[in-house]
Amino acid sequence: MSEPIDMDASKMEERKRIIAGRNKALGLVLLGLVVLFFAITIAKMGH
Amino acid sequence: MSTPEQAAAARQPADWRDFFALTKPRVMTLVIFTGLCGLLAAPGHINPVIGFATILCIAVGAGGAAALNQWWEADIDAGMKRTAKRPLPAGRMERESARDFGMALAGLSVLTMGLAAGWLCALILAGSIVYYALVYTVWLKPRTPQNIVIGGGAGAFPPMIGWVAVTGHITWMPVLLFLIIFMWTPPHFWALALFVKTDYAKVGIPMMPVVAGEKSTRRQIFAYSVLLLPLTLLPLFLPKADGGPGWIYGVSAGVLSTLFLLLAIRVGFRNRRDDDDTMKPEKQLFAFSVLYLFALFAALVADRWVPIIGGYL
Repeated sequence: MSEPIDMDASKMEERKRIIAGRNKALGLVLLGLVVLFFAITIAKMGH
Repeated sequence: MSTPEQAAAARQPADWRDFFALTKPRVMTLVIFTGLCGLLAAPGHINPVIGFATILCIAVGAGGAAALNQWWEADIDAGMKRTAKRPLPAGRMERESARDFGMALAGLSVLTMGLAAGWLCALILAGSIVYYALVYTVWLKPRTPQNIVIGGGAGAFPPMIGWVAVTGHITWMPVLLFLIIFMWTPPHFWALALFVKTDYAKVGIPMMPVVAGEKSTRRQIFAYSVLLLPLTLLPLFLPKADGGPGWIYGVSAGVLSTLFLLLAIRVGFRNRRDDDDTMKPEKQLFAFSVLYLFALFAALVADRWVPIIGGYL
């Protein structure tokens, strides 16, 4: 088993902030894809 | 002492901005613009949603290719001042993350393009990604000083994709648009390479001014600019039904390409006096080359839409 990694509080906070930012960005991208594919489907149906 | 695994685990994860930076957003603006112009200038009608999806796929595909380029060239980028601060050489991201991100963007863009605009567009997009990431980055760039000439083809695909999204097939006009950007790339890039001191030589990349020398580069800038002038006028000979442009494009192309050639002549036959030379003609040619491409493609769009809008007024 690997040793526990020393990480001070500020680094831990920074890590949490970065991961939260990535999660938000990924969420927005996925939401955008859902809207895009819905819109493409509607456009194709009307074609 | 920590093991490499522990060091990697202790490093902060890459920020979303680093992933965004991998897509080379500045290069993307030109790709989006030319793709949009191809789409707007093509004869026919496209559903705005499909049009938007097409442009988005072109942009995302270009971003994926850029990420794959940086994944492959991480070691080279680390050796050059201009690129050393990119996410990979700066150590803010693991190489595999860039590779996976690039592959995901490329795959997603091609698939979405196929579903939205058709599989011919998807095929051209896939071809452009492979062309940039594989043919240019992996094969040509480290091997030949003509890398930028052939590699320029990668940036020439977007207007063709935009055009084909509307018409559904490849005709002479999108091929000519491809060739115009293809022929424009060498003088544009080499003008920059003449006045920006890069360290390509240090990392073993055979860029033209380094390998063939300044004089040969200048002559080749002139040669490509000479070819560019008649090439931009060739669309005028195409029938209107195939998207052949009219006088707005014709006058604009004639004026812009003549100015481009005049600036290229100044650069092509100039002898630099000393190392303190300010390289003003080279800087002017580079600045104009950017304006030139934007103006030429804007004129192509104006040529199609001014009569239509005029008809409504």
